[in-house]
Amino acid sequence: MLKISKDRITEIFNTVAESKSLYLPVNREDGQAEFKKYENGMVLSENLNTLRSAKDFFFPQTENLVDFKMEGKNIEVIDVREECEDFVIFGVRACDARSFTILDKVFLADPVDSYYKNRRDHGTIVTMACTRPSETCFCGSFGIDATEPEGDAVCYTDGSSYFFKANTEKGEAFINSVSSLLEDGDTAELEKVQAKTKEILAKLPLSNLSTDSFGGEKLNELFKSEKWAELSEACLGCGTCTFVCPTCQCYDIKDFNTGNGIKRFRCWDSCMYSDFTKMAHGNPRLSQVERFRQRFMHKLVYFPANNNGEFGCVGCGRCLSRCPVSMNIVKVMKALEEK
Amino acid sequence: MNNDTLIPYIGVVTDIRQDTPDVKTFRVVSPEGQKVFEHMPGQCAMLSIPGVGEAMFSITSSPTNKEFMEFSIKKCGCLTNWLHAMDVGQQITIRGPYGNYFPVETELKGKDLLFIAGGIGLAPLRSVINYVRDNRANYGNVQIVYGSRSKDDLVDYQEIIDEWLKDDGIEVNLTIDNAQEGWDGHVGFVPTYVKELAPSTSKTVLVCGPPIMIKFTLEGLKELGFKETQVYTTMELRMKCGVGKCGRCNIGNKYVCKDGPVFRYDELGELPDEY
Repeated sequence: MLKISKDRITEIFNTVAESKSLYLPVNREDGQAEFKKYENGMVLSENLNTLRSAKDFFFPQTENLVDFKMEGKNIEVIDVREECEDFVIFGVRACDARSFTILDKVFLADPVDSYYKNRRDHGTIVTMACTRPSETCFCGSFGIDATEPEGDAVCYTDGSSYFFKANTEKGEAFINSVSSLLEDGDTAELEKVQAKTKEILAKLPLSNLSTDSFGGEKLNELFKSEKWAELSEACLGCGTCTFVCPTCQCYDIKDFNTGNGIKRFRCWDSCMYSDFTKMAHGNPRLSQVERFRQRFMHKLVYFPANNNGEFGCVGCGRCLSRCPVSMNIVKVMKALEEK
Repeated sequence: MNNDTLIPYIGVVTDIRQDTPDVKTFRVVSPEGQKVFEHMPGQCAMLSIPGVGEAMFSITSSPTNKEFMEFSIKKCGCLTNWLHAMDVGQQITIRGPYGNYFPVETELKGKDLLFIAGGIGLAPLRSVINYVRDNRANYGNVQIVYGSRSKDDLVDYQEIIDEWLKDDGIEVNLTIDNAQEGWDGHVGFVPTYVKELAPSTSKTVLVCGPPIMIKFTLEGLKELGFKETQVYTTMELRMKCGVGKCGRCNIGNKYVCKDGPVFRYDELGELPDEY
C-alpha cells in the first residue's frame, strides 16, 4: 500500500493546499479539535474526533438561500448560488463518514437540494481509520468498522507511517495528486495495529449495545412506551445534542433585512425546541416529553422505516459527552429495550 | 445550476375578495399574467412576503381554472396579517405545488361524493368541488355539508349561492353554530348536522376543518356505518421546506408536506397520535 512516513505528512498537506482548499482537524488552545482550513504550519490533531461533526462542510450551520430586492409592490428574486470550488476534508472519522451517506438520503432525495449537492460534488473526503476508540464510541452497533472507514480515500496509520487507499474516483485523484510523495510500504505492522484496534473496539463499554429492539416495525410499540416521560424528565431542551449530532438535519428558513434587501437563509434547527412545531392554531408537541421522543423515534424508528432499516445514528458519542444533564441515545436505547 | 424548489417564483395579486371578517381570497398569477404552475386538488403552495415570512397554504382554486390560482387565507399570524393588509398589484413569492392530492382521477372517480367542511376548511375542498363540477360526468351525486360560526363566516358564500346551489346533482347543506337574524337555514355544529342528515354510506367522504370538528365528524360517520377507507381528510403541521427535508412536519415515518396533506382515515390511524 502507498505510504508516507508520519513526520512527512505536512508535505502532503502543502501539496494538496496548493490547488485546493484543505480542511483538517486541528487542536484549539483548549485542546479540543475542530476542522480548520489548512495553512502552512498547522498540525493534524491527534484527538479521536472533532468537537463539532463534519456536517458543516455540506450542510453549514447557516447559509444564504436566495436574496430579494423589494421596491414598492415589486419583488426581485436573486439567485445567489455559485458553483462551489473543489475542496478536500482530511481526517474524517468512520462515524462522520457514514453520516454523509445518511444526510445524502435526505438532501439528495428527489427533489435534490442543490445547495447540499453542490458542496457534496466538489468535496473529497479522506477518512482516518481509528486506532484509539473512546469509551463513548459505539459506531459498531450501527455496522460501522472504525478500522475501515468509508470515504473517497482512507488513511491508515501504524504509528510510524500513514497509508493511503482510494475507494472512489475522487479518492484516486487525491492519491494521484500526492503520489510523488508516496512510496510502497509494508503493511505488516499496520495489520497488527488494526487487529489490536478491533480488540479494543470489541471491549468498549458500549460494544454490546444492540439495535434489535428498534426499526420501523416497532413504531407503535415504542411510541406508546411509558418510559419517555421518565427519560425526558431532565431534558432542558437546549438542543446541544442536535447541534453536535452529525446526522441531525432539521432546519429553519428565515429572512433577514439587511437594509439593502432581504437575505433568506437557512440554519440548523432542533426538534428539541418548543417552537419547532408551533403553529397559529397551536402546537402538537406541547411538552419536552413529545419533543424528546421525536428526536429518538426519528433516529431509531422513523428514519429506518423510510431507509431500508438504516438507522439515523452513527455512534460517534458526541451527544454522550456533551449533554448537560447526561442524557443520551445510549441510555434511551437501553431503557427502551428492557421489557 | 438546476432550479431549486427553495427559490420561489414571483406571483402578482390581481384580485382580493373579503370572504368573511377574517378570511380573504387572493387571486395570484405570474408577472406575465399566466398561472404560476399547475396543481391537483388538495395540493399546497408556499407563499411569502420576503422579510415577513413564508407559510404553506392550500390552493383553493380548481386546476380546471386555467387563468389563475386562488388562496383563501385566514388572518391569524404575522404573515397572514401582512397578506390581509396588501392591495391589488402587490407581488408575493410563491413555490410549489407541494404534497399529494385527493385521488380525483382514481378512487373518487364514478363515486357519489360527500364533502364535509368547517370554517376555513372549505378552502382545500373548494378545489375538489369545482374540479368535480367541471368534470361532472366523471362523478356521481355530490353532497356538501358546510358549517361555520356564523353566516358571515361562511367562506365562498356567494359562490355557493350563485353557482353550487344551481347545479344539478349537487345538494348543499349549510349550517351555522348559533341562530342569528337573517338566517333561516340550519343551526348547529357540523358533526351533529351530518348525523341528522344521515347520508348514504355508499358515498366517499372528504372532510376538512378544525381538528376538533374532524374528530367528532369522523366518530359520527363511523356510527352511521362509514368505513375508514371511505373517508379522506387533510392534515396541517408547521412546514418550512415543503419537500420532506427540514423535518418540521414529520409524524411517524410520514412528512405531511410530501406524503400528505391528504390522508385516508385508515392511513391516519397508522400514524402516531401527535397531530
